[in-house]
Amino acid sequence: MTVTHSPVSSVRRRSQGARRQRRAGTAFVAAYVVLLIAFGVVPTAYAVYFAFSNAQGAFTGFDNFVTTMQDFRFVPALGHVGLYLLFWLVSLVVIVVGLALMLHRLASGGAGKALRFLFYIPGALAGAASVLVWLFVLDPTVSPVSSLLGALGYNTFGEVIAPGHLPLLFTIIAFWTGAGGWIVVIYGALNNIPKDVMEAARIDGAGAWQTAWRVQIPMLRKWIVYMVILAFAGGAQLFVEPQLLSLASVGVAGRDYSLNQLSYDFAFQMNNINGAAAVSVELLVVSLSAAALFVARSGFFDAE
Amino acid sequence: MTAMKQSVVRSRALAKRRSVLLAGCVAAVVATATACGGGATNTNSKDGFNQVPQKNGALTVWVDSTRLAAAKLYQKLHPDVKLNIVTYDGDANGSNYLQTKVQLFNRTGKGWPDVVFSSQNNEVTWAVDANFAAPLNKGLVPAETLGKFAEGANDVCTVGGTAYCLRNDLSQAVLWYNAPLMKEFGYTVPTTWEEYQQLGEKVATEHPGYLVGDAGDSFTPEIYLWAGKCGANHITGAKSVSVNTTSAECTKMAELMDVLIKKKSMSISGVFSTDFGKNKADKVLMMPGPSWYGGALFKGTFKTPAKQIAAAPIPQWSGEASPSTGNVGGGTWLLSQHSEHVKAATDFITWVTTSDAYQGKVAPGFPAYAPAAETWLKQQNASGYFAGDINVLKDASTQVWPGWGSGQFSQEAIWAATVKPGLTQGKTIVSLLPAWQDSIVKYAQSNGYKVSQ
Repeated sequence: MTVTHSPVSSVRRRSQGARRQRRAGTAFVAAYVVLLIAFGVVPTAYAVYFAFSNAQGAFTGFDNFVTTMQDFRFVPALGHVGLYLLFWLVSLVVIVVGLALMLHRLASGGAGKALRFLFYIPGALAGAASVLVWLFVLDPTVSPVSSLLGALGYNTFGEVIAPGHLPLLFTIIAFWTGAGGWIVVIYGALNNIPKDVMEAARIDGAGAWQTAWRVQIPMLRKWIVYMVILAFAGGAQLFVEPQLLSLASVGVAGRDYSLNQLSYDFAFQMNNINGAAAVSVELLVVSLSAAALFVARSGFFDAE
Repeated sequence: MTAMKQSVVRSRALAKRRSVLLAGCVAAVVATATACGGGATNTNSKDGFNQVPQKNGALTVWVDSTRLAAAKLYQKLHPDVKLNIVTYDGDANGSNYLQTKVQLFNRTGKGWPDVVFSSQNNEVTWAVDANFAAPLNKGLVPAETLGKFAEGANDVCTVGGTAYCLRNDLSQAVLWYNAPLMKEFGYTVPTTWEEYQQLGEKVATEHPGYLVGDAGDSFTPEIYLWAGKCGANHITGAKSVSVNTTSAECTKMAELMDVLIKKKSMSISGVFSTDFGKNKADKVLMMPGPSWYGGALFKGTFKTPAKQIAAAPIPQWSGEASPSTGNVGGGTWLLSQHSEHVKAATDFITWVTTSDAYQGKVAPGFPAYAPAAETWLKQQNASGYFAGDINVLKDASTQVWPGWGSGQFSQEAIWAATVKPGLTQGKTIVSLLPAWQDSIVKYAQSNGYKVSQ
């Protein structure tokens, strides 16, 4: 009140600007908060409520968790997801960072631009559609790379999707669909490394390898952690790849493969929504714990 | 626009009504706990279930792409009935789409189809508990009509003496063969499994590449092991099953298959696989399989020319007293308890399962309704596609071994996930029988079945 009546117009203008900025900030955050509550917080709370109650709505403690863990598919599914996450996260970190560094080296020429575009294309396909593409690629009878599959000794779809191959196949599919976006993000982060730092490294006699290992990668640390956290959460929820594969192979491979599929089975085939909620809460807790661990160990929120 | 507005207004009114109802219920709980179940008010017990208030309006019918023709024909012949036809996957390969949707509809309290077709035989195992399927022999469909279905056809629909669905078609297995090719090779059609195996071994040496059967589908056990009276899936009660996959009957048939698979006169790709369609479809000499192989597989998928495919009874073990065969699916029609058009729905479900116009003359599979089946056979024989008549299907329809049931868990899914990958790796079926047993038992138990082994 007093400020608006202040005779000093510049102060007034500045404070008005600050207030407008604050208001805009609040508006932006509010829109996000509404969405977060509607599609994040409320469903999560609903799931937690379901997980600790039975079909009649009575509190049951950890009963649902115990029942679902005792299901004969739970431990195998846990193993499948664990192995997949290992393959997926390692390949993501190593290959994405490697390709981004290579792109950064090539950035001056047209080749860099072309590659950047090429890497990103698969990401433009919607999730399920890109998995469907792979179902064709992996079937030797219709695959464009059937000679390659044949050279590896695989002549039928059944041989390609043998149980032991699944973690690798899902990793390849996930990498193909998801890595492009991350390459672009990491590439952007590389561009943010100040030129003088790079120049200092060069003057000190660091080669490409040393620059990457001692300068660029340490400075990318937060971005890599960010990528790992999101990829972990996404990978733990593995669903589309095995589900579509199980439909395509008429149940030969991929049925009840991941925890999320098990949750789906509980909800819709065994009429146990509460058990399904328990599995999803477990996934949430695991993903949150992993994120917390990564954040704490990497100093993610430390100021530069 | 107006329709949208109307529906918004209606749903708001409904929400208001529901909240009033809820408040009423909360108050009533103190006194008594009756009539507070969702939608239990204003229902009228009739025909063996509580019917919601009946209304005029479109009849919603869910069909798969094959049965779309049935719904369209019904519409054509009954132009005054308002039909809302929805196509879905028909729960093919145990996709459980219908069950998933019904669970969601049960939660939201609306959206159920009035009549639905499923390509699965086990829908009543959940649809009764979910209060979805309406009883059909308690007033809706006359006993006289139900009596004309082939014997045992509606067993898969019956729970405790009440029929909750009507069988669309039977899928009794017979031995399909290529008549001119058999003649050319100088072979006679085997009548016993022993002869079948000998011929299979002979084909492997004399005409390598030609096939006497396929063992690569998820329904493979329903053709061979069911016909061989293997007690892998004996449903003995509403929630009990007896499983024994290592009996002499199972092992005997599995050994036969192993020999032919090793000799490569029995393929393991699955008849609907891209590999089979591309490389093996024109190499079929014989093929034990369900009644719908004739139209759907040979004529539709393989495009085998006319006057080649013929049907013979499925072989029997020598010394067997009574013939037995297996069965692969055969769809069912369910009527929703929540229907607001029970009369129209009943008329539709009766027509679609019993009419000559559809079942007799258009349907691709062998009708479960016996009078329609007569017409169907005449029609098939007159079509000139088959070499000779296929009347053996009629005998086979009553020879399906009753010791193999339809539980809530999918036997096809279990075989596909447990035995098929091993077969692909070159293991024998005999060696996989214990693992198959183990898997069936686990799935049965996790679905709440009491298992005896």
